[in-house]
Amino acid sequence: MSDRDLVVLGVGMHPWGKWGRDFTEYGMVAARAALKDAGIEWKDVQYVAGADTIRNGYPGFIAGATFAQKMGWTGARVSSSYAACASGAMSLQTARASILAGFCDVAMVIGADTTPKGFFAPVGGGDRKNDPDWLRFHLLGATNPVYFALFARRRMDLYGATAEDFAQVKVKNSLHGLNNPNARFRKESAIEDVLNSPVVSDPLRLLDICATSDGAAAMIVTSRAFAEKHLGSLKGVPRIKAVSTSTPTYPQTILELPDFATDSSAVVMPPARGFKDSICWDAYEEAGVGPEDLSMAEVYDLSTALELDWYEHLGLCAPGEAEGLLRSGATTIGGRIPVNPSGGLSCFGEAIPAQAIAQVCELVWQLRGQAGDRQIENAKLGITANQGLFGHGSSVIVGI
Amino acid sequence: MSETATSNASQVPAVEGWFTLDQNPHLIGSQCPSCETYVFPPRESACPNPACDSDELKPTPFSRFGTVWSYAENRYAPPLPYRAAEPFEPYALVAVQLEKEGIIVLGQAPKGILATDLKVGMRMQLETDVLYREDDVDYMIYVWAPAVQDEVVGGAK
Repeated sequence: MSDRDLVVLGVGMHPWGKWGRDFTEYGMVAARAALKDAGIEWKDVQYVAGADTIRNGYPGFIAGATFAQKMGWTGARVSSSYAACASGAMSLQTARASILAGFCDVAMVIGADTTPKGFFAPVGGGDRKNDPDWLRFHLLGATNPVYFALFARRRMDLYGATAEDFAQVKVKNSLHGLNNPNARFRKESAIEDVLNSPVVSDPLRLLDICATSDGAAAMIVTSRAFAEKHLGSLKGVPRIKAVSTSTPTYPQTILELPDFATDSSAVVMPPARGFKDSICWDAYEEAGVGPEDLSMAEVYDLSTALELDWYEHLGLCAPGEAEGLLRSGATTIGGRIPVNPSGGLSCFGEAIPAQAIAQVCELVWQLRGQAGDRQIENAKLGITANQGLFGHGSSVIVGI
Repeated sequence: MSETATSNASQVPAVEGWFTLDQNPHLIGSQCPSCETYVFPPRESACPNPACDSDELKPTPFSRFGTVWSYAENRYAPPLPYRAAEPFEPYALVAVQLEKEGIIVLGQAPKGILATDLKVGMRMQLETDVLYREDDVDYMIYVWAPAVQDEVVGGAK
């Protein structure tokens, strides 16, 4: 075990759904589940790393303090992080830095959200002509699915991907998540179901695109010394081996949410690794592993087609080969490298600050052999990959 | 180019300083006088090149022609602050790669140009179209249309 490994002592979630209740209610359920799973008490937590929700007012902006107060003030240190969809991983990184620096031994990482129905629209009212997120809606009507569709279309026009290929991702993920008690959508999907769902942003249909959900996830991470004292042995206990929260390197030459334009490659050469590749490869390098060492991956399938992009960013296959990898069954549970064994965003929908934490929760359950009928045999090492807007993204590697 | 453009409504850009509204419209970007990199949307300061410490960017006309990097088509009305026409008509969005500037710029396609009319690699040119109308004023936006004009050799490409 590396000196920089962090032990995951406990994980917990509130199931994903759409109820519109106070996000802290969901968070409390996840927090108590994680504490119980870790076998520690709330008063043992020295640091609360909250992932912010920006759609729930001030309590959402100071999530660390909000949950610390809700659980009952204990004097614990807090932090609150916002990194769009990578907020949960950013919180984990904050907790990790505090533990590895020796400032504390036991931290809770927590995120919860309550989301509005329909398309995400810019947060906050009024005309904000200096805010690119406001402007992309106002001037272009460039919703999030528009950007997902741009990536999907490139797969079709460059690699010959088909609507059936995209639908197959949904079919696979819906099977994976069918009996996941935390998943919101637990229903098998057939190719025809996807193809018969209405086109939202061509070429993507309703069932290609992830919904927005309420939900919460929490985990207890500790120093090696604390965990050894608490558990006796660390054999088979999942450990965080890498957390990458890389930003792009100039020039960022792929058009990403919520931008009007890419950077210019006219005078500065693009980096050897593009943004989403670098998110994953920075994690591999930190953990000292490669794609060939993985047992599984939880990736951000904001759309079915984006899951295919992640196969390539993660190095599971070469660019243009993701459809073939999918069709071969390699990414289905039972295959060589199952992707989204939890069912992914396809079965969960997105609860932004909780999602990157939920990805890690799934890896932990898989590594402990507690994933029920979606269990991957002999799971030893897993990776998450996630991307948010404004240059945020994350990748976490967990192993036993 | 749209039916409303021929009415008596006056035309103003929906966003100031991003494009021209003349016969041969083009985007207005920024260029760093020091390292010569390009920026869009335009701004006056802070060169984005991390190796350059220039705090001055100058407006510069962008190429009118480029090629399709990718495209999408909205089948549902986007939420506010987009001012969707009622009834809503599907429209395409196109990301166009400008060779000289080394930049991809996202824009709408003109009304009536849909995903089936587009292909990655297709040649496009900048035009303008009505984004929305309010109090007899047409708020205009740049759009990427399939190229019909030949580029003027030696001109502002």
